[in-house]
Amino acid sequence: MIEISQVSKWYGQTQVLDACSTQVATGEVVVVCGPSGSGKSTLIKTVNGLEPFQQGEIRVDGVSVGDSKTDLPRLRARIGMVFQSFELFPHLTVMQNLALAQTKVLSRSEEDARARGQALLERVGLLAHKDKFPGQLSGGQQQRVAIARALAMDPIAMLFDEPTSALDPEMVNEVLDVMVDLAKEGMTMMVVTHEMGFARKVADRVIFMDAGKIVEDCTNDEFFGNMEARSERARLFLSKILPH
Amino acid sequence: MISFDVDVIQRSWEYLFRDGMVFTLKLTGLATAGGIVLGTLLALCRLSSWKLLSSVAGLYVNLLRALPLILVIFWFYFLMPYIGAWITGANRPVAVGGFTSALVTFILFEAAYFCEIMRAGIQSVPRGQVAAGYALGLTYWQVMGSVVLPQAFRNMAPVLLTQVIVLFQDTSLVYVLSLTDFMGAAVKVAQRDNRLIEMYMFVAVVYFIMSYAASLFVRYLRQRTSVAR
Repeated sequence: MIEISQVSKWYGQTQVLDACSTQVATGEVVVVCGPSGSGKSTLIKTVNGLEPFQQGEIRVDGVSVGDSKTDLPRLRARIGMVFQSFELFPHLTVMQNLALAQTKVLSRSEEDARARGQALLERVGLLAHKDKFPGQLSGGQQQRVAIARALAMDPIAMLFDEPTSALDPEMVNEVLDVMVDLAKEGMTMMVVTHEMGFARKVADRVIFMDAGKIVEDCTNDEFFGNMEARSERARLFLSKILPH
Repeated sequence: MISFDVDVIQRSWEYLFRDGMVFTLKLTGLATAGGIVLGTLLALCRLSSWKLLSSVAGLYVNLLRALPLILVIFWFYFLMPYIGAWITGANRPVAVGGFTSALVTFILFEAAYFCEIMRAGIQSVPRGQVAAGYALGLTYWQVMGSVVLPQAFRNMAPVLLTQVIVLFQDTSLVYVLSLTDFMGAAVKVAQRDNRLIEMYMFVAVVYFIMSYAASLFVRYLRQRTSVAR
């Protein structure tokens, strides 16, 4: 579904991605973790072309992301993305947030878009808030709306960029619950997160990044079960975040 | 001691408002609409990653902001007939009415100021909003039209309105083209009836009341948007 091969990226002189290669199969859940500044957010943003890259190739469902001939808006419409800071549109109501791209990009009728939005809001448990503005919701509620907004486009894969990092601790679980359900339904997911409990529970594979490189790329059981085989950098990282 | 003649205002106020103020408000309204549209397009150009586009827009804005408005008014008034002839290919200068000339001048001039306001407004919208729009598959124009510009306008509404108040006052400069705006109409009456003090006082009071009322509205708007954030 998602094939990343030998992707490198520079900001001026600084290299932020260094020959990253991995792939995400259909229905697979891959968690990307690593210290801040390791390039994990940048990597996930290259998948839908929000971050350009200078070398390598990324294919999503066979379509090359970096190719200048690719219709990027059309490709992005098929990949859902959830951001750390929610990025709901503050001037639109919750329902309008869900309907906007459905009508503008997928050319759905207003009624169809609202019906789809309604179903997804019900699913994330926020139907009662459909006419509120994002600013009137809690962080956890906003992030659930953001997930619903991405799902409204009926994506073939979902990208999550630290979806719980900006949340108060008591709101983390309501968002993770939605994501666990999604994973169990077979959604293809690439998730940048520090929530190792979530990773242990639903990830098929775990990728560990450091200094722009993919250091570890292994199955869930291998990553968490066989600590001795992990690189020193990954062990240090895990020892710092796992005990809590 | 000069006697203060209130009667002259009573006799002329209908003319002042029906002819003069209508003209002033029409010019202000149309110049605002045109200036905001052109200014917003200029702002998008200035923020474009395409260097040529942004530097041309930047040059335009900096040039017009460096010239006195009255110079630009004259400049266009005397040049427009020739520019018109050049565009249409006519071999004689095209007759351009004073109002058209003034309107085009104000649109072009105010666009430079509206551009800078809209540029600040667009930059006040977090980059993540743009990314979220793109991630949903929206195109550049859809992101601008549905996500960025509505928020930019909302954030900048008080500043935009303040600029409109300035524009409202500046339209009085069209008297140099012998156009009868509110101020021009008052001057005519003042000179005809030799009642300079009364008329200039009256004009000042009217401009003050209208501008001050508008600025009170701006203050109210500022408070409301700051709460909504």
